[in-house]
Amino acid sequence: MIKHETIEKNIGLMILLIILVISGGGLAEIVPLFFANATTKPIEGLRTYTPLELEGRDIFIREGCYVCHSQQIRPFRAETERYGHYSTANEFVWEHPFLWGSKRTGPDLARVGGRYSNDWHRAHLFNPRDVVPESKMPAYPWLFENKLSGEDTAAKMRVLAKLGVPYTEEDASKAREQVEGKAEIDALVSYLQALGKTHSQYTNKR
Amino acid sequence: MSAFWNAWVWAITLAVILGCSWLLLATRKSEPHKEATEETLGHSFDGIEEYDNPLPGWWFQMFVATVIFGIAYLGLYGLANVKGFYGWTSIGQYEEEMAHAEEVYKPVFAKYAAMSVEDLQNQPDGLKIGQRMFANNCSLCHGATGAGAHGFPNLTDSDWLYGGAPATIKQTITNGRQGAMPAWGPVLGEEGVRDVTSYVLSLSGAEHDADMAARGKQQFQALCTACHGADGKGTQALGAPNLTDNTWLYGGSFEQISHTIRTGRNGVMPAHKDLLSDDKITLIAAYVYSLSNK
Repeated sequence: MIKHETIEKNIGLMILLIILVISGGGLAEIVPLFFANATTKPIEGLRTYTPLELEGRDIFIREGCYVCHSQQIRPFRAETERYGHYSTANEFVWEHPFLWGSKRTGPDLARVGGRYSNDWHRAHLFNPRDVVPESKMPAYPWLFENKLSGEDTAAKMRVLAKLGVPYTEEDASKAREQVEGKAEIDALVSYLQALGKTHSQYTNKR
Repeated sequence: MSAFWNAWVWAITLAVILGCSWLLLATRKSEPHKEATEETLGHSFDGIEEYDNPLPGWWFQMFVATVIFGIAYLGLYGLANVKGFYGWTSIGQYEEEMAHAEEVYKPVFAKYAAMSVEDLQNQPDGLKIGQRMFANNCSLCHGATGAGAHGFPNLTDSDWLYGGAPATIKQTITNGRQGAMPAWGPVLGEEGVRDVTSYVLSLSGAEHDADMAARGKQQFQALCTACHGADGKGTQALGAPNLTDNTWLYGGSFEQISHTIRTGRNGVMPAHKDLLSDDKITLIAAYVYSLSNK
Protein backbone atom coordinates (compact mmCIF):
# COMPACT_ATOMS: atom_id res chain seq x y z
CA MET A 1 0.00 0.00 0.00
CA ILE A 2 1.43 3.35 -1.03
CA LYS A 3 1.28 5.84 1.78
CA HIS A 4 0.43 9.42 0.99
CA GLU A 5 3.80 10.31 2.52
CA THR A 6 5.50 8.25 -0.20
CA ILE A 7 3.62 10.13 -2.93
CA GLU A 8 4.24 13.52 -1.35
CA LYS A 9 7.98 12.88 -1.17
CA ASN A 10 8.40 11.44 -4.70
CA ILE A 11 7.52 14.20 -7.13
CA GLY A 12 7.95 11.92 -10.18
CA LEU A 13 5.43 9.43 -8.83
CA MET A 14 3.06 12.26 -7.94
CA ILE A 15 3.25 13.70 -11.48
CA LEU A 16 2.56 10.26 -12.94
CA LEU A 17 -0.47 9.70 -10.73
CA ILE A 18 -1.83 13.20 -11.44
CA ILE A 19 -1.53 12.60 -15.20
CA LEU A 20 -3.29 9.30 -14.77
CA VAL A 21 -6.19 10.89 -12.89
CA ILE A 22 -6.72 13.93 -15.11
CA SER A 23 -6.37 12.05 -18.40
CA GLY A 24 -9.51 10.04 -17.61
CA GLY A 25 -11.82 12.79 -18.91
CA GLY A 26 -9.84 13.42 -22.09
CA LEU A 27 -9.45 9.73 -22.89
CA ALA A 28 -13.18 9.16 -22.60
CA GLU A 29 -14.44 12.43 -24.14
CA ILE A 30 -11.86 13.43 -26.75
CA VAL A 31 -9.98 10.38 -28.01
CA PRO A 32 -13.03 8.51 -29.44
CA LEU A 33 -13.79 11.58 -31.63
CA PHE A 34 -10.56 10.99 -33.56
CA PHE A 35 -12.08 7.71 -34.75
CA ALA A 36 -15.81 8.46 -35.07
CA ASN A 37 -17.45 8.78 -38.49
CA ALA A 38 -19.41 11.84 -37.42
CA THR A 39 -16.22 13.79 -36.80
CA THR A 40 -13.75 12.37 -39.34
CA LYS A 41 -15.86 11.71 -42.44
CA PRO A 42 -16.61 14.85 -44.50
CA ILE A 43 -20.25 15.64 -45.14
CA GLU A 44 -21.45 14.28 -48.47
CA GLY A 45 -20.65 16.45 -51.47
CA LEU A 46 -18.20 18.67 -49.58
CA ARG A 47 -15.93 20.58 -51.93
CA THR A 48 -12.54 22.08 -51.14
CA TYR A 49 -11.87 25.82 -51.25
CA THR A 50 -10.58 27.22 -54.53
CA PRO A 51 -7.08 28.75 -54.37
CA LEU A 52 -8.62 32.25 -54.24
CA GLU A 53 -11.01 31.26 -51.44
CA LEU A 54 -8.11 29.65 -49.60
CA GLU A 55 -6.13 32.90 -49.79
CA GLY A 56 -9.25 34.74 -48.61
CA ARG A 57 -9.44 32.40 -45.66
CA ASP A 58 -5.86 33.26 -44.72
CA ILE A 59 -6.72 36.97 -44.91
CA PHE A 60 -9.72 36.26 -42.68
CA ILE A 61 -7.28 34.71 -40.19
CA ARG A 62 -4.66 37.45 -40.60
CA GLU A 63 -7.15 40.23 -39.93
CA GLY A 64 -8.49 38.40 -36.89
CA CYS A 65 -12.07 38.23 -38.15
CA TYR A 66 -12.60 35.09 -36.05
CA VAL A 67 -12.03 37.17 -32.92
CA CYS A 68 -15.48 38.74 -33.34
CA HIS A 69 -17.22 36.36 -35.77
CA SER A 70 -17.91 32.72 -34.96
CA GLN A 71 -18.45 30.06 -37.62
CA GLN A 72 -20.59 27.58 -35.74
CA ILE A 73 -24.35 27.71 -35.55
CA ARG A 74 -25.56 26.05 -32.37
CA PRO A 75 -28.74 23.96 -32.33
CA PHE A 76 -30.94 26.66 -30.81
CA ARG A 77 -33.94 28.09 -32.59
CA ALA A 78 -32.71 31.62 -31.90
CA GLU A 79 -29.62 30.85 -33.98
CA THR A 80 -31.04 28.64 -36.72
CA GLU A 81 -33.82 31.18 -37.42
CA ARG A 82 -31.18 33.81 -38.02
CA TYR A 83 -28.30 31.89 -39.59
CA GLY A 84 -29.69 28.66 -41.06
CA HIS A 85 -29.16 24.97 -40.26
CA TYR A 86 -27.02 24.27 -37.20
CA SER A 87 -23.40 23.35 -37.85
CA THR A 88 -22.20 19.75 -37.67
CA ALA A 89 -18.69 18.41 -37.12
CA ASN A 90 -18.46 16.74 -40.54
CA GLU A 91 -18.61 20.15 -42.24
CA PHE A 92 -15.23 21.05 -40.73
CA VAL A 93 -13.18 17.94 -41.47
CA TRP A 94 -11.04 19.80 -44.03
CA GLU A 95 -10.65 22.99 -41.99
CA HIS A 96 -7.08 23.38 -40.74
CA PRO A 97 -7.39 25.14 -38.41
CA PHE A 98 -11.14 25.35 -37.91
CA LEU A 99 -12.40 28.90 -37.34
CA TRP A 100 -15.31 28.22 -35.01
CA GLY A 101 -14.36 31.16 -32.81
CA SER A 102 -15.72 31.63 -29.34
CA LYS A 103 -16.80 35.25 -29.21
CA ARG A 104 -19.78 36.74 -31.00
CA THR A 105 -19.38 40.47 -31.22
CA GLY A 106 -20.57 40.28 -34.83
CA PRO A 107 -22.97 37.80 -36.40
CA ASP A 108 -22.07 34.18 -37.06
CA LEU A 109 -20.64 33.66 -40.54
CA ALA A 110 -20.91 29.88 -40.96
CA ARG A 111 -23.55 30.27 -43.70
CA VAL A 112 -23.09 33.86 -44.81
CA GLY A 113 -22.34 32.82 -48.41
CA GLY A 114 -24.95 34.12 -50.86
CA ARG A 115 -26.78 36.18 -48.28
CA TYR A 116 -25.32 39.49 -49.48
CA SER A 117 -24.02 40.62 -52.84
CA ASN A 118 -20.31 40.94 -53.62
CA ASP A 119 -20.84 44.70 -53.88
CA TRP A 120 -22.29 44.77 -50.40
CA HIS A 121 -19.29 42.89 -48.97
CA ARG A 122 -16.91 45.27 -50.70
CA ALA A 123 -18.74 48.37 -49.48
CA HIS A 124 -19.03 46.88 -46.01
CA LEU A 125 -15.37 45.90 -45.71
CA PHE A 126 -14.20 49.27 -47.08
CA ASN A 127 -16.17 51.06 -44.39
CA PRO A 128 -18.90 49.16 -42.54
CA ARG A 129 -20.70 52.37 -41.58
CA ASP A 130 -21.39 53.20 -45.22
CA VAL A 131 -23.99 50.44 -45.28
CA VAL A 132 -24.68 49.72 -41.59
CA PRO A 133 -24.56 53.07 -39.76
CA GLU A 134 -24.69 51.52 -36.29
CA SER A 135 -21.87 49.04 -36.99
CA LYS A 136 -18.77 49.00 -34.82
CA MET A 137 -16.75 46.74 -37.10
CA PRO A 138 -13.37 48.19 -38.13
CA ALA A 139 -12.78 49.28 -41.75
CA TYR A 140 -10.31 47.34 -43.92
CA PRO A 141 -9.44 49.73 -46.78
CA TRP A 142 -5.98 48.22 -47.37
CA LEU A 143 -7.56 45.03 -48.70
CA PHE A 144 -8.42 47.02 -51.84
CA GLU A 145 -4.80 48.05 -52.41
CA ASN A 146 -2.88 44.93 -51.43
CA LYS A 147 -2.39 42.45 -54.24
CA LEU A 148 -1.82 38.74 -53.85
CA SER A 149 1.43 37.33 -55.22
CA GLY A 150 0.25 33.73 -55.15
CA GLU A 151 3.78 32.69 -54.23
CA ASP A 152 2.77 30.50 -51.31
CA THR A 153 -0.63 29.31 -52.48
CA ALA A 154 0.61 26.03 -53.94
CA ALA A 155 2.71 25.30 -50.85
CA LYS A 156 -0.30 25.91 -48.62
CA MET A 157 -2.36 23.49 -50.70
CA ARG A 158 0.36 20.84 -50.51
CA VAL A 159 0.47 21.13 -46.72
CA LEU A 160 -3.32 20.86 -46.55
CA ALA A 161 -3.14 17.81 -48.82
CA LYS A 162 -0.78 16.20 -46.30
CA LEU A 163 -3.38 16.90 -43.60
CA GLY A 164 -6.01 15.03 -45.60
CA VAL A 165 -7.64 17.74 -47.73
CA PRO A 166 -8.09 16.21 -51.19
CA TYR A 167 -6.05 18.73 -53.18
CA THR A 168 -4.14 17.13 -56.03
CA GLU A 169 -0.71 18.09 -57.29
CA GLU A 170 -2.49 19.42 -60.38
CA ASP A 171 -4.67 21.73 -58.24
CA ALA A 172 -1.57 23.06 -56.52
CA SER A 173 0.37 23.62 -59.74
CA LYS A 174 -2.49 25.71 -61.17
CA ALA A 175 -3.02 27.70 -57.98
CA ARG A 176 -0.69 30.59 -58.61
CA GLU A 177 -2.23 31.67 -61.92
CA GLN A 178 -5.67 31.79 -60.28
CA VAL A 179 -4.49 34.05 -57.49
CA GLU A 180 -1.63 36.20 -58.71
CA GLY A 181 -2.42 39.88 -59.09
CA LYS A 182 -5.91 39.65 -57.51
CA ALA A 183 -6.70 42.16 -54.79
CA GLU A 184 -6.99 40.83 -51.27
CA ILE A 185 -10.60 42.03 -51.15
CA ASP A 186 -11.49 39.71 -54.05
CA ALA A 187 -10.03 36.76 -52.19
CA LEU A 188 -11.77 37.60 -48.92
CA VAL A 189 -15.16 38.21 -50.57
CA SER A 190 -14.93 34.95 -52.51
CA TYR A 191 -14.13 33.14 -49.25
CA LEU A 192 -17.10 34.78 -47.48
CA GLN A 193 -19.38 33.86 -50.39
CA ALA A 194 -18.19 30.23 -50.10
CA LEU A 195 -19.04 29.94 -46.40
CA GLY A 196 -21.89 27.47 -46.04
CA LYS A 197 -21.86 26.88 -49.79
CA THR A 198 -19.24 24.12 -49.96
CA HIS A 199 -21.95 21.47 -49.80
CA SER A 200 -25.71 21.43 -50.16
CA GLN A 201 -26.82 18.82 -47.66
CA TYR A 202 -28.72 21.20 -45.43
CA THR A 203 -31.71 23.32 -46.13
CA ASN A 204 -31.43 26.76 -44.62
CA LYS A 205 -35.01 27.81 -45.29
CA ARG A 206 -36.71 29.24 -42.26
CA MET B 1 -19.37 5.21 -32.66
CA SER B 2 -18.26 1.62 -32.93
CA ALA B 3 -18.76 -0.98 -30.21
CA PHE B 4 -15.10 -0.71 -29.29
CA TRP B 5 -15.26 3.01 -28.58
CA ASN B 6 -18.52 2.69 -26.69
CA ALA B 7 -16.87 0.07 -24.50
CA TRP B 8 -13.82 2.33 -24.19
CA VAL B 9 -15.90 5.25 -22.92
CA TRP B 10 -17.80 3.04 -20.50
CA ALA B 11 -14.65 1.35 -19.21
CA ILE B 12 -12.86 4.62 -18.52
CA THR B 13 -15.90 6.25 -16.96
CA LEU B 14 -16.53 3.32 -14.64
CA ALA B 15 -12.83 3.02 -13.83
CA VAL B 16 -12.72 6.69 -12.85
CA ILE B 17 -15.84 6.44 -10.68
CA LEU B 18 -14.70 3.22 -9.00
CA GLY B 19 -11.14 4.50 -8.68
CA CYS B 20 -12.29 7.70 -6.98
CA SER B 21 -14.58 5.77 -4.64
CA TRP B 22 -11.83 3.32 -3.77
CA LEU B 23 -9.31 6.10 -3.14
CA LEU B 24 -11.81 7.92 -0.96
CA LEU B 25 -12.67 4.88 1.15
CA ALA B 26 -9.16 3.44 1.30
CA THR B 27 -7.62 6.67 2.56
CA ARG B 28 -10.50 7.08 5.02
CA LYS B 29 -9.86 3.59 6.35
CA SER B 30 -6.12 4.03 6.66
CA GLU B 31 -6.41 7.21 8.74
CA PRO B 32 -4.37 6.56 11.90
CA HIS B 33 -6.96 8.29 14.12
CA LYS B 34 -10.69 8.79 13.83
CA GLU B 35 -10.68 11.99 15.88
CA ALA B 36 -8.57 15.16 15.85
CA THR B 37 -5.49 14.90 18.09
CA GLU B 38 -2.41 16.95 18.85
CA GLU B 39 -0.20 14.47 16.99
CA THR B 40 1.81 15.87 14.05
CA LEU B 41 3.34 14.29 10.96
CA GLY B 42 6.73 15.04 12.46
CA HIS B 43 8.11 17.45 9.88
CA SER B 44 8.62 21.12 10.51
CA PHE B 45 9.39 24.09 8.26
CA ASP B 46 10.22 27.41 9.88
CA GLY B 47 8.49 26.06 12.96
CA ILE B 48 5.30 25.26 11.08
CA GLU B 49 4.09 21.70 11.66
CA GLU B 50 1.28 19.61 10.17
CA TYR B 51 -1.32 17.82 12.26
CA ASP B 52 -2.01 14.22 11.35
CA ASN B 53 -5.80 14.58 11.49
CA PRO B 54 -8.52 12.80 9.51
CA LEU B 55 -10.43 14.66 6.79
CA PRO B 56 -13.38 16.49 8.43
CA GLY B 57 -16.62 14.56 8.12
CA TRP B 58 -18.48 17.24 6.06
CA TRP B 59 -15.57 17.31 3.61
CA PHE B 60 -15.57 13.54 3.21
CA GLN B 61 -19.34 13.57 2.71
CA MET B 62 -19.00 16.19 -0.02
CA PHE B 63 -16.71 13.83 -1.92
CA VAL B 64 -19.24 11.04 -1.48
CA ALA B 65 -21.97 13.39 -2.75
CA THR B 66 -20.00 14.13 -5.96
CA VAL B 67 -19.71 10.41 -6.66
CA ILE B 68 -23.45 9.95 -6.14
CA PHE B 69 -24.13 13.01 -8.33
CA GLY B 70 -21.96 11.51 -11.08
CA ILE B 71 -23.81 8.20 -11.04
CA ALA B 72 -27.21 9.92 -10.94
CA TYR B 73 -26.17 12.18 -13.85
CA LEU B 74 -25.16 9.18 -15.96
CA GLY B 75 -28.47 7.52 -15.15
CA LEU B 76 -30.51 10.57 -16.20
CA TYR B 77 -28.54 11.72 -19.25
CA GLY B 78 -26.85 8.53 -20.45
CA LEU B 79 -23.36 7.84 -21.78
CA ALA B 80 -22.01 6.85 -25.20
CA ASN B 81 -24.49 4.42 -26.81
CA VAL B 82 -26.80 4.21 -23.78
CA LYS B 83 -29.59 6.77 -23.52
CA GLY B 84 -30.37 8.02 -20.04
CA PHE B 85 -33.69 8.08 -18.24
CA TYR B 86 -34.56 11.44 -19.85
CA GLY B 87 -33.56 10.20 -23.34
CA TRP B 88 -31.87 13.58 -23.80
CA THR B 89 -29.81 14.61 -26.84
CA SER B 90 -28.90 18.15 -27.82
CA ILE B 91 -30.52 17.68 -31.25
CA GLY B 92 -33.60 16.20 -29.57
CA GLN B 93 -33.84 19.28 -27.39
CA TYR B 94 -33.51 21.47 -30.49
CA GLU B 95 -36.21 19.58 -32.33
CA GLU B 96 -38.52 19.89 -29.35
CA GLU B 97 -37.90 23.63 -29.28
CA MET B 98 -38.65 23.87 -33.01
CA ALA B 99 -41.82 21.78 -32.69
CA HIS B 100 -43.00 24.02 -29.88
CA ALA B 101 -42.30 27.14 -31.96
CA GLU B 102 -44.14 25.59 -34.90
CA GLU B 103 -47.16 25.03 -32.70
CA VAL B 104 -47.14 28.61 -31.44
CA TYR B 105 -46.27 30.46 -34.67
CA LYS B 106 -47.83 28.30 -37.33
CA PRO B 107 -51.37 29.63 -36.77
CA VAL B 108 -49.99 33.20 -36.80
CA PHE B 109 -48.27 32.72 -40.15
CA ALA B 110 -51.18 30.66 -41.52
CA LYS B 111 -53.54 33.57 -40.82
CA TYR B 112 -51.40 35.97 -42.87
CA ALA B 113 -50.40 33.43 -45.52
CA ALA B 114 -53.98 33.41 -46.75
CA MET B 115 -53.92 37.17 -47.33
CA SER B 116 -52.59 39.17 -50.26
CA VAL B 117 -49.97 41.88 -49.89
CA GLU B 118 -52.73 44.48 -50.36
CA ASP B 119 -54.93 42.93 -47.64
CA LEU B 120 -51.97 42.82 -45.30
CA GLN B 121 -51.75 46.62 -45.42
CA ASN B 122 -54.64 46.67 -42.94
CA GLN B 123 -52.97 44.20 -40.58
CA PRO B 124 -50.75 46.20 -38.22
CA ASP B 125 -49.54 43.05 -36.43
CA GLY B 126 -48.68 41.34 -39.70
CA LEU B 127 -46.75 44.41 -40.86
CA LYS B 128 -44.92 44.44 -37.54
CA ILE B 129 -43.81 40.84 -38.11
CA GLY B 130 -42.72 41.84 -41.61
CA GLN B 131 -40.79 44.78 -40.20
CA ARG B 132 -38.89 42.56 -37.77
CA MET B 133 -37.98 40.09 -40.48
CA PHE B 134 -36.94 43.01 -42.68
CA ALA B 135 -34.64 44.21 -39.89
CA ASN B 136 -33.11 40.75 -39.65
CA ASN B 137 -32.76 39.94 -43.33
CA CYS B 138 -32.86 43.12 -45.41
CA SER B 139 -31.66 46.05 -43.35
CA LEU B 140 -27.95 45.35 -43.84
CA CYS B 141 -28.22 46.57 -47.41
CA HIS B 142 -31.45 48.56 -47.48
CA GLY B 143 -31.00 50.21 -44.08
CA ALA B 144 -33.01 49.86 -40.89
CA THR B 145 -35.65 52.26 -42.24
CA GLY B 146 -35.53 50.92 -45.81
CA ALA B 147 -33.97 54.14 -47.07
CA GLY B 148 -31.09 52.29 -48.72
CA ALA B 149 -27.48 53.37 -49.17
CA HIS B 150 -25.14 54.13 -52.05
CA GLY B 151 -25.69 51.23 -54.45
CA PHE B 152 -28.57 49.76 -52.45
CA PRO B 153 -32.04 50.97 -53.45
CA ASN B 154 -34.20 53.17 -51.28
CA LEU B 155 -37.46 51.29 -50.69
CA THR B 156 -39.38 54.18 -49.15
CA ASP B 157 -39.83 56.28 -52.30
CA SER B 158 -42.04 55.36 -55.23
CA ASP B 159 -39.12 54.95 -57.64
CA TRP B 160 -38.70 51.27 -58.54
CA LEU B 161 -35.99 49.59 -60.58
CA TYR B 162 -37.95 46.40 -61.23
CA GLY B 163 -41.44 47.60 -60.31
CA GLY B 164 -43.32 48.16 -57.09
CA ALA B 165 -46.39 46.00 -57.65
CA PRO B 166 -46.90 43.44 -54.83
CA ALA B 167 -46.23 40.48 -57.10
CA THR B 168 -43.06 42.10 -58.45
CA ILE B 169 -41.73 42.82 -54.96
CA LYS B 170 -42.34 39.20 -53.98
CA GLN B 171 -40.62 38.06 -57.16
CA THR B 172 -37.62 40.29 -56.40
CA ILE B 173 -37.25 38.91 -52.87
CA THR B 174 -37.81 35.30 -53.90
CA ASN B 175 -35.57 35.04 -56.94
CA GLY B 176 -33.27 38.00 -56.49
CA ARG B 177 -32.14 40.41 -59.20
CA GLN B 178 -28.99 40.79 -61.21
CA GLY B 179 -28.27 44.26 -62.56
CA ALA B 180 -26.52 44.31 -65.92
CA MET B 181 -25.25 47.72 -66.92
CA PRO B 182 -22.28 47.01 -69.22
CA ALA B 183 -19.04 48.96 -69.04
CA TRP B 184 -19.15 51.44 -71.95
CA GLY B 185 -15.69 52.92 -71.39
CA PRO B 186 -13.94 50.73 -73.99
CA VAL B 187 -16.68 51.38 -76.57
CA LEU B 188 -17.19 55.11 -76.06
CA GLY B 189 -13.69 56.22 -75.16
CA GLU B 190 -13.12 58.84 -72.49
CA GLU B 191 -14.56 61.69 -74.54
CA GLY B 192 -17.64 59.66 -75.42
CA VAL B 193 -18.20 58.81 -71.77
CA ARG B 194 -18.13 62.50 -70.87
CA ASP B 195 -20.52 63.37 -73.73
CA VAL B 196 -23.04 60.70 -72.75
CA THR B 197 -22.72 61.76 -69.11
CA SER B 198 -23.64 65.31 -70.14
CA TYR B 199 -26.66 64.05 -72.05
CA VAL B 200 -27.77 61.88 -69.09
CA LEU B 201 -27.47 64.93 -66.82
CA SER B 202 -29.65 66.91 -69.25
CA LEU B 203 -32.41 64.27 -69.02
CA SER B 204 -33.18 65.20 -65.44
CA GLY B 205 -32.64 68.90 -66.06
CA ALA B 206 -29.32 69.02 -64.22
CA GLU B 207 -26.59 71.49 -65.12
CA HIS B 208 -24.71 70.30 -68.19
CA ASP B 209 -22.66 71.37 -71.21
CA ALA B 210 -25.09 71.69 -74.14
CA ASP B 211 -22.54 70.89 -76.88
CA MET B 212 -21.32 67.76 -75.14
CA ALA B 213 -24.91 66.69 -74.45
CA ALA B 214 -25.82 67.11 -78.11
CA ARG B 215 -22.96 64.80 -79.11
CA GLY B 216 -23.81 62.43 -76.28
CA LYS B 217 -27.44 62.23 -77.38
CA GLN B 218 -26.49 60.45 -80.61
CA GLN B 219 -24.42 57.88 -78.80
CA PHE B 220 -27.12 57.46 -76.16
CA GLN B 221 -29.64 56.70 -78.87
CA ALA B 222 -27.34 54.16 -80.46
CA LEU B 223 -26.22 52.37 -77.28
CA CYS B 224 -28.46 53.09 -74.32
CA THR B 225 -32.05 53.19 -75.51
CA ALA B 226 -32.39 49.40 -75.74
CA CYS B 227 -32.56 49.30 -71.93
CA HIS B 228 -33.19 52.87 -70.80
CA GLY B 229 -35.76 53.63 -73.54
CA ALA B 230 -35.71 56.33 -76.19
CA ASP B 231 -36.92 58.89 -73.65
CA GLY B 232 -34.50 57.65 -70.93
CA LYS B 233 -37.38 56.67 -68.68
CA GLY B 234 -36.00 53.19 -68.17
CA THR B 235 -37.47 49.71 -68.48
CA GLN B 236 -38.59 47.97 -65.30
CA ALA B 237 -38.60 44.53 -66.93
CA LEU B 238 -34.82 44.87 -67.29
CA GLY B 239 -34.20 46.79 -64.10
CA ALA B 240 -32.91 49.71 -66.19
CA PRO B 241 -33.46 52.86 -64.14
CA ASN B 242 -35.37 55.94 -65.17
CA LEU B 243 -32.72 58.60 -65.91
CA THR B 244 -35.13 61.51 -66.12
CA ASP B 245 -36.02 61.72 -62.43
CA ASN B 246 -33.60 62.89 -59.82
CA THR B 247 -33.14 59.55 -58.06
CA TRP B 248 -29.68 58.07 -58.39
CA LEU B 249 -28.66 54.66 -57.08
CA TYR B 250 -24.95 55.29 -57.61
CA GLY B 251 -24.93 59.06 -57.29
CA GLY B 252 -25.94 61.81 -59.73
CA SER B 253 -22.81 63.95 -59.97
CA PHE B 254 -20.88 64.21 -63.24
CA GLU B 255 -18.08 62.07 -61.80
CA GLN B 256 -20.42 59.40 -60.45
CA ILE B 257 -22.49 59.10 -63.60
CA SER B 258 -19.41 58.97 -65.84
CA HIS B 259 -17.95 56.27 -63.58
CA THR B 260 -21.16 54.25 -63.95
CA ILE B 261 -21.03 54.58 -67.74
CA ARG B 262 -17.30 53.84 -67.92
CA THR B 263 -17.16 50.75 -65.73
CA GLY B 264 -20.76 49.52 -65.68
CA ARG B 265 -22.85 48.43 -62.69
CA ASN B 266 -23.88 44.95 -61.65
CA GLY B 267 -25.91 45.36 -58.50
CA VAL B 268 -27.15 42.08 -57.10
CA MET B 269 -30.17 41.41 -54.95
CA PRO B 270 -29.64 37.92 -53.49
CA ALA B 271 -32.42 35.36 -53.96
CA HIS B 272 -34.18 34.46 -50.74
CA LYS B 273 -36.12 31.40 -51.86
CA ASP B 274 -33.60 29.11 -50.11
CA LEU B 275 -33.52 31.24 -46.98
CA LEU B 276 -37.10 32.22 -46.22
CA SER B 277 -40.41 30.42 -46.53
CA ASP B 278 -43.11 31.78 -48.82
CA ASP B 279 -45.22 32.96 -45.88
CA LYS B 280 -42.37 35.02 -44.56
CA ILE B 281 -41.52 36.48 -47.97
CA THR B 282 -45.14 37.60 -48.30
CA LEU B 283 -45.01 39.38 -44.95
CA ILE B 284 -41.72 41.07 -45.82
CA ALA B 285 -43.11 42.07 -49.22
CA ALA B 286 -46.16 43.53 -47.46
CA TYR B 287 -43.90 45.58 -45.19
CA VAL B 288 -41.78 46.78 -48.13
CA TYR B 289 -44.96 47.68 -50.02
CA SER B 290 -46.22 49.64 -47.02
CA LEU B 291 -43.06 51.76 -46.95
CA SER B 292 -44.02 53.58 -50.14
CA ASN B 293 -47.81 53.09 -50.05
CA LYS B 294 -48.82 54.66 -46.77
